[in-house]
Amino acid sequence: MTQDELLPLLLKKDDRSFTLLYDNYAKSLYGIIFNLIKDKEEAEDVLQEVFVKIWKNIDSYNTSKGRLYTWMLNIARNSSIDKLRSKNFNNNQKNLSADNFVHLLDDNAKTINKIDAIGIKEFIKKLKPKCIQLIDLLFFKGYTQQEASEELEIPLGTVKTQNRNCMNELRLMINE
Amino acid sequence: MNSREYIESGILELYVFGKLSEEEIAEVNQMATQYPEVKEEIKAIENAVINLSYSVAPHLSATNFEKIRAELLGRNKVIEMKPKTNWSQYTGWVAAAVLVVGFGLQFYKLNQTNETLNNVSTEKNLLQESIVDLELKKKESEEVLAILRDTSNVAVALAGQQVAPQAFAKAYYNKTTKTVYIDASGLPEPPKGMVYQVWSLQLEPVLTPTSIGLLDSYATSTTKVIKVENAESPQAFGITLEPAGGSASPTLEQLYTLGKV
Repeated sequence: MTQDELLPLLLKKDDRSFTLLYDNYAKSLYGIIFNLIKDKEEAEDVLQEVFVKIWKNIDSYNTSKGRLYTWMLNIARNSSIDKLRSKNFNNNQKNLSADNFVHLLDDNAKTINKIDAIGIKEFIKKLKPKCIQLIDLLFFKGYTQQEASEELEIPLGTVKTQNRNCMNELRLMINE
Repeated sequence: MNSREYIESGILELYVFGKLSEEEIAEVNQMATQYPEVKEEIKAIENAVINLSYSVAPHLSATNFEKIRAELLGRNKVIEMKPKTNWSQYTGWVAAAVLVVGFGLQFYKLNQTNETLNNVSTEKNLLQESIVDLELKKKESEEVLAILRDTSNVAVALAGQQVAPQAFAKAYYNKTTKTVYIDASGLPEPPKGMVYQVWSLQLEPVLTPTSIGLLDSYATSTTKVIKVENAESPQAFGITLEPAGGSASPTLEQLYTLGKV
């Protein structure tokens, strides 16, 4: 099911379209939320909020906002960051840039139930540390190129291409 | 900028990550419409990050699916089960189950009994048949005995002839009633399509054979004592083997037995 096929179904807002949406994206969005929130139950609450927002605002989505997945990804990241900014999460926020998604792989080793994911995990660990940091900041945490270049102390002009090279490495590993 | 350079610039990754401005998004959309390879690249990048984020997600239980579904599709809210056990409802189901099982057992037993009954009555029929059979045989034997004991009957021994020297037969002739019985137990079984024919013979002044019947019931008769037609003052009896249905005059080459009265 491609996103072009999914969108008209989502607009119907029926049982089937919900199931399709959930099956295709819930786990990925949960991964993004969890990487920021670092608490399973809180992350589940945020996931529910995110689905409510997607469901309510799906009519306002169009391609001028990019890919449907990208639109949902932005909702997931923004909702998670909102949650982190609420007073309960002030302490945790300090760790926001210190941790990256790789340490989650070990935390989840027991609970991940998809064989593919286990394979990917092993490959991800082989990524260069610089790549892990870059993908973590730009994709998972939603940093701008400017913020990433400052955080990692790399020239702003090279962020885009370095990220491209790192993504190519990741894709090679996934496709292997 | 050609599509290759555009792809290599790294802008598509930022497009998928959601880090571009509206103008930049419009530009990428334009390129994706124009170049299929750009669109394919976008999908590949997206696929990679979906897999990546999927792999770092902890287990997501089915409860979440139900919770979110109930939240979004309010009308399909999941009806919560009452934690208290409804015993009256249970007993109803238990009673129903017991009834169903009970009916099933009874039905099974009924079938079994019916089957036994059928078997018994088949056996009874078979026995009945053999009783009838025995009675018939007994009657036949009694008849034969009566013929043998009847002093008015003359027993004529029919000796085996050239084609069948081992064969023999007996004719019982009643001079008053003119009835004739043939004891064919000494004759070999006739070949298929052939039948024994009994002749009463006048020897003087010329040899005149008169057919007094076929031993049709040879195969079915147990006593092999067979009644044939009456004969007027026969001087001898002969038995020949003839084609089925019999012949008008005896085939003398196939004369099995012959005896004078």
